Amino acid sequence: MISTQSFKKTKPLIFLIIITPIFFWAYQFSNGQLGVNPIEKLMDNLGEMALRLIVLTLFISSLSEFRKFRFLIEARRMIGLFAFFYVTCHFLTYIVLDHFLDFNFIFKDILKRPFITFGFISFILLIPLVITSPKRMLKKIGYKIWKRIHYLIYPAAILASLHFYMLVRANKIEPAIYIFLILLLLLYRLFYRVILPRQAQ
Amino acid sequence: MKILPSEITSYNKYLNRRRFIKSSVATGLILGTSTSPYANHLSNENIYDNQLDENDKLNSFEDITTYNNFYEFGMGKTDPSENSGNFKSKPWSISLEGLINNPQVLDLEKLLRQVTIEDRVYRLRCVEAWSMVIPWQGFPLSELIKIADPLSSAKFIQFVTVFRPEEMPGQTRRLLPWPYVEGLRMDEAMHPLTILSTGLYGHDLLNQSGAPLRLVVPWKYGFKSIKSIASIRFVDKQPEATWSMLAPSEYGFYSNVNNFVDHPRWSQGTERRIGEFKRRETLMFNGYEEEVSHLYKGMDLKKYY
Repeated sequence: MISTQSFKKTKPLIFLIIITPIFFWAYQFSNGQLGVNPIEKLMDNLGEMALRLIVLTLFISSLSEFRKFRFLIEARRMIGLFAFFYVTCHFLTYIVLDHFLDFNFIFKDILKRPFITFGFISFILLIPLVITSPKRMLKKIGYKIWKRIHYLIYPAAILASLHFYMLVRANKIEPAIYIFLILLLLLYRLFYRVILPRQAQ
Repeated sequence: MKILPSEITSYNKYLNRRRFIKSSVATGLILGTSTSPYANHLSNENIYDNQLDENDKLNSFEDITTYNNFYEFGMGKTDPSENSGNFKSKPWSISLEGLINNPQVLDLEKLLRQVTIEDRVYRLRCVEAWSMVIPWQGFPLSELIKIADPLSSAKFIQFVTVFRPEEMPGQTRRLLPWPYVEGLRMDEAMHPLTILSTGLYGHDLLNQSGAPLRLVVPWKYGFKSIKSIASIRFVDKQPEATWSMLAPSEYGFYSNVNNFVDHPRWSQGTERRIGEFKRRETLMFNGYEEEVSHLYKGMDLKKYY
């Protein structure tokens, strides 16, 4: 079994692995290696990376219910923060590179196009999670409230995967897999955290 | 509405539009006698300059042939150029069917001997809000329609892409209902801007661009310009078209480029010209308003999108 202590030592490595793609894409972007429509490609890469990291944090939450995988929880906050980092880059690409700070247009676009509305709400839902991520915030507000706030990851994840699903024009298998995984992990957690304890009472 | 100075046709542009008909026949002759497939592409791009509108610049051969929507070869933009190597565009024949006096299976080489290949530099506007400027070679669809000799009852034309799952890997998956079909109203099909293209940049069409024969309708969204055409049917009712069958609320039969009718996924007010950083304003009928708006006189284009 891997101990929490020895896992902690691998955190810098995980950090490096997750941060590398953005440098790689930034390099490709500035060297014209992101294909013929680089802004679209960059935005897609960043968004998909964020969604993957969100799903990864959900996996960690579920797996860490087992004592064997308890140690994984150590990496969850960092991965979650990286997910927010990639979502922010994704959103900034949309605002700055795609629409050149045309806020009048962007505002209407967010309201008018359901897939953008969903993506935007998902982004907003992540903000309280980021604010309450430091350990001292957890102490300040108490575990119970903290826990409640952090359940927001589920609606955020569902909206993010729907955002992807609605964007794809045909053959929606890939985004459907994300939706399926997220719902599965949500049901699993509901079962172990809500339904089982109630039955025990 | 504010009219930008750039939207007004300049005298220069006006002259160019008139001149291109003359020049294109000339280039056609050069093309017809050249032996190298890359002849014009590598030697002299300037031959297209006089057809180019003031604010446009040609996209490169590479841009045009590596960024494609052609789901028959996969859904990614680079899939068509990567997965179309096994497609055999020669020999080729087109089946002319339906309400016509001369139904036949026409050999493409034979057909090409009966038409004049011209140069047409057109803007291509994709429904996904990106665009390119492409120097096509082709001939007016109306010439083929004359060969088919439609009955007066023929009001629409349906086009069908070839179905060859063994050569088109995308067709082995149910990405779309195969084969891809598209359609035009007869007057749209007869319009002089509507061409059947056989090449671009003086090069035979590559497989990813719809070899050996594809439609180009420059005032409509790109998906109307069906590729690798195997049959053409003359019908009396508005025919089915793949995207409009799949999502009728998103893609209409007409699908004219229209900056006032938004798509649920993409704002159609602006577009990214491939190779440019900032978006540009999308022009009504993709900038061909002068030439085609009379086709839709009295039609509510919000209803018939």
